Amino acid sequence: MAKKKKPTLNFATDWSYAPAPESTDHVTIENRYDLFIGGKFVPPSKGNYFNTINPATEKRLSSVAEAEKTDVNRAVKAARTAYDKYWSKLTATERGKYIFRIARVLQERAREFAVIESLDGGKPIRESRDIDVPLAAAHFFYYAGWADKLEYAFPGRTAEPVGVAGQVIPWNFPLLMAAWKIAPALAAGNTVVLKPAETTPLTALKLAELLRDIDLPPGVVNIVTGAGNTGAALVNHPGIDKIAFTGSTAVGKIIQKAVAGTDKKYTLELGGKAANIVFEDAAIDQAVEGIVNGIFFNQGHVCCAGSRLFVQESIHDELIDRLKDRMETLIVGDPLDKNTDIGAINSKMQLKRINAYLKIGTAEGAELYQSACAVPEKGYWCRPTLFLNASQSHRIVQEEIFGPVLAVQTFRTVDEAISKANNTPFGLSAGVWSDKGAKVFKVSNQMRAGVVWANTFNKFDPSSPFGGYKESGVGREGGVHGLLPYVRLT
Amino acid sequence: MKKPVERIPVQKTYKLYIGGAFPRTESGRFYKVEDGRGKLLANMCQASRKDFRNAVVAARKAFSDWAGRSAYNRGQILYRVAEILETRRDQFVAELKSQGLPITAARGEVDQSIEQLVYYAGWADKYQQVFSTVNPVSSSHFNFSILEPTGVVGILAPATPSLLGIVATMAPVVCGGNSCVVLASETKPLCSITLAEVLETSDFPAGVVNILTGTRSELLEQFATHMDINAIVYCGDDAAELRVVQEGASLNVKRVVHCTDTVAADPYRILEAQEVKTTWHPIGA
Repeated sequence: MAKKKKPTLNFATDWSYAPAPESTDHVTIENRYDLFIGGKFVPPSKGNYFNTINPATEKRLSSVAEAEKTDVNRAVKAARTAYDKYWSKLTATERGKYIFRIARVLQERAREFAVIESLDGGKPIRESRDIDVPLAAAHFFYYAGWADKLEYAFPGRTAEPVGVAGQVIPWNFPLLMAAWKIAPALAAGNTVVLKPAETTPLTALKLAELLRDIDLPPGVVNIVTGAGNTGAALVNHPGIDKIAFTGSTAVGKIIQKAVAGTDKKYTLELGGKAANIVFEDAAIDQAVEGIVNGIFFNQGHVCCAGSRLFVQESIHDELIDRLKDRMETLIVGDPLDKNTDIGAINSKMQLKRINAYLKIGTAEGAELYQSACAVPEKGYWCRPTLFLNASQSHRIVQEEIFGPVLAVQTFRTVDEAISKANNTPFGLSAGVWSDKGAKVFKVSNQMRAGVVWANTFNKFDPSSPFGGYKESGVGREGGVHGLLPYVRLT
Repeated sequence: MKKPVERIPVQKTYKLYIGGAFPRTESGRFYKVEDGRGKLLANMCQASRKDFRNAVVAARKAFSDWAGRSAYNRGQILYRVAEILETRRDQFVAELKSQGLPITAARGEVDQSIEQLVYYAGWADKYQQVFSTVNPVSSSHFNFSILEPTGVVGILAPATPSLLGIVATMAPVVCGGNSCVVLASETKPLCSITLAEVLETSDFPAGVVNILTGTRSELLEQFATHMDINAIVYCGDDAAELRVVQEGASLNVKRVVHCTDTVAADPYRILEAQEVKTTWHPIGA
């Protein structure tokens, strides 16, 4: 009998799409943005501004104020005044109504926010439109409702606000992370000083405009832009009662050390190196989709990305074949194009870091595979990448790359998969693929990770707590558990 | 001339409690504990860094078995501790008294320790129901958040109350499925090792609770910086000590609990050494 011939597909010619770019006509980006302090946009004390660029074109989008210590000080004072004089005296029901307003206006202006998010950060419009912005609005809507129900959140205790929260957020989900931080803080009765990431400040500044437009009392939310120094000034400010940080484990440790000896509460949402485990009894095509979504979603700039793939030995070759085929269909390019699967790497610095890991992985002896897709000439790009035959001691297995790079390992038994998956200082998320229910429950139970996706990956919801075990962080965001960091219980 | 006594009492050697055994400190060091009038009560082991590391290894080894025990089983074992403590009540009262506590206060402390063990025994199969959630996500998934133990917990017990201080910090930690290494009160350590004898006869698997005696100033930083300890409970009000603990904790993002009320009993104590795990299952056919 003749051997069945494998169908072939030429992805360069058989798989092309006409461009379908989202228009930017309805979007206004100012030439320059000041700091949002006390309900007004105010210039930075030293008059310094820095550029924020579009990573897909390397063109300047706008200039953004660099907040100095004195500016951070002003913002913290504004937040304290707003807390003392207004926000803490407002009834919880009215507080909630302000937060509901934020959610609703964010929905009204969703398209604008989505386009700016893709312009400033490089993520595909499909994601900013369908995930980032709607989830951000949903987050505000969810926590708005908690404001006047806190007595039901902590049985046997009374919840009091902490005071002024200092929040530092990353560049991978700029608006969504602002929502994750601001919504529970306000619902619990705190006021906020937020610092967006220096490469992606625009949607946070647009959010500032929105907060001003909906008449949120001045100083309840203050937004100060800048880089590491601004963040350090905020974290170390004695007027801050609570710190919420999302970012790398290295910086998280510095913050944890910096607040030693103070009464500041803190939550840290740090790095990850999630195991995505595929058993031989999994639905393979679904698993392939989950692997792709796990590591290539948002260019792999995801702390909970499924960056370590563990495949049961018996299905390794078949699964990798199908994964490679699927990777060939991924479109890398213009973030504003609705067909784009993988947008631009967020910054030149991050691209350099990813490229360094590609060299390290190869030098360590893992086998590099990249899809053959074309990438634009200008801008920062990385093709979807696999490292086959990786081993536990490889740096590409142990360290967070934060890019579209997947390290592949195999296993034979359930126990081996569990022990390899847990053999990391991180513990943020994990994925388990099997059609056998009991096995899925056993393995997901054994994962030392804060979020486990069984037969799915990278799903988020405001009612679903998110956060890490071990060196992936302290505390949870989302759900009723996400209120705890923003209250003092008496 | 002194009259010959009828019977010479057999004195107890106080040793460490590591991995379900009672070894002497590997360092061979000891320190004296005296009563109020300068009479020697015991030569206590002065645990070394090596003893501490051994205790962490024992705690890590015990962790997954203990965390995997059923809540009912953990509750029964805690209750068993209360039962045995009750039967040895007089011994603990005498030890506390010998270390300077008035008899009524000593009785009160032992009684309260027993009450707390019963209290947490009852919580073992209930805190999950109080603090876990089923989350109404918008997508087609069954999504729930449950609590899991943080791992190995270091406990720096208070100087006083020397017995209740250990019980009140250790019981919620092990009730929640963690294992722990306890550094007992430096100045009033007798009850800690006697408590270890109670634990050892209470069906606790070896290594779930390990108890060291020694000098806090020497071991503080070891507790704070050990990379295989996941959470640390600090009892005391020394700002400099607390800072050492908090700074050291940042090495591996330990959860730091500053316990200011060592006698209160409360389910939120259990929560302090718990991780929230959220699992997503698709709904579909």
